[in-house]
Amino acid sequence: MSTLSPAERVVRGLLGTKIGMTQLWDDNNRVVPITVIDASTNVVTQVRSADTDGYDAVQVGYGEVKAAKVTKPMAGQFAKAGTTPRRRLAEIRTADAASYAAGQQLGVEVFAAGDVVDVTGTSKGKGFSGVMKRHGFHGVSSSHGAHRNHRKPGSIGGCATPGRVFKGLRMAGRMGGDTVTTQNLVVHAVDADKGLILLRGAVPGPRGAVVMVRSAVKAKGADK
Amino acid sequence: MANTIETVGQDAARDDIPDFRPGDTLKVHVKVVEGNRSRIQLFQGVCIRIQGAGIGRTFTVRKVSFGVGVERTFPLHTPIIDKIEVATRGDVRRAKLYYLRNLRGKAAKIKEKREAPSSR
Repeated sequence: MSTLSPAERVVRGLLGTKIGMTQLWDDNNRVVPITVIDASTNVVTQVRSADTDGYDAVQVGYGEVKAAKVTKPMAGQFAKAGTTPRRRLAEIRTADAASYAAGQQLGVEVFAAGDVVDVTGTSKGKGFSGVMKRHGFHGVSSSHGAHRNHRKPGSIGGCATPGRVFKGLRMAGRMGGDTVTTQNLVVHAVDADKGLILLRGAVPGPRGAVVMVRSAVKAKGADK
Repeated sequence: MANTIETVGQDAARDDIPDFRPGDTLKVHVKVVEGNRSRIQLFQGVCIRIQGAGIGRTFTVRKVSFGVGVERTFPLHTPIIDKIEVATRGDVRRAKLYYLRNLRGKAAKIKEKREAPSSR
């Protein structure tokens, strides 16, 4: 697969909030799982160009925040773009950044039904999890005389040789809360009035989490 | 936010679904696509379960076909249903009629609901 470098690809992207999941029917009357994403108040806050910044990108802002809560440097950036302050900012590397202008409103209609997108978000935190949940270990037998070690990892290495535990050995620990990207989700529909994007399939994170919806990196037939 | 989710399904929701409850005998007219031909198939039986909420609500219809119990679960708002007819209203005291699975013949028959007294 020949994936274009970030400097060559035309990427469209929006920030949004995961509202939740539901189900709808497709053209063949088959049930499809739907994730609803609210991406209503996106605005271009800055345009980066290769001349001034060394790369082409669009900075988009999403969400509302009280003007008093914004730091002076941030407030200056928003004033320069001519927009009200936004809670979240993200940059989207795209080759056609020059076609955007600061202060421009981005609606959900940048995506259309049938588009293939990647969604990046922060996964649900699972707390301190054991190896069976965290790494898919099989654990120890539930019977046959197994003694209080049903969910343990078993051996973590040799004895005097090597005399230590190898780095990177998979053990229990904090799970979830990672940045996760779900690739190649199909846009089922776009509701421009309500500012909603309907995606087929699940996206990372809990309801109410902010996610980034971008043109798919690996999709075949996606516009380059 | 939950309200937003509910509004998403409203366009797909059907408003031609009759009001029915577990215990009612239903005639479900199902659209069956064979190749490029579409026809209507009748599935008649007792509604033994209604479950879920909103656009994801489903109901299960049980019938006994050639001595074999057949249960089919439909999403309430599925477009493959042409129409639903309520044949009889059943008088039952459970929301889930799983006990019918263990009953045969006359024992599996559900009493028909009598009309409520007009004084009330």
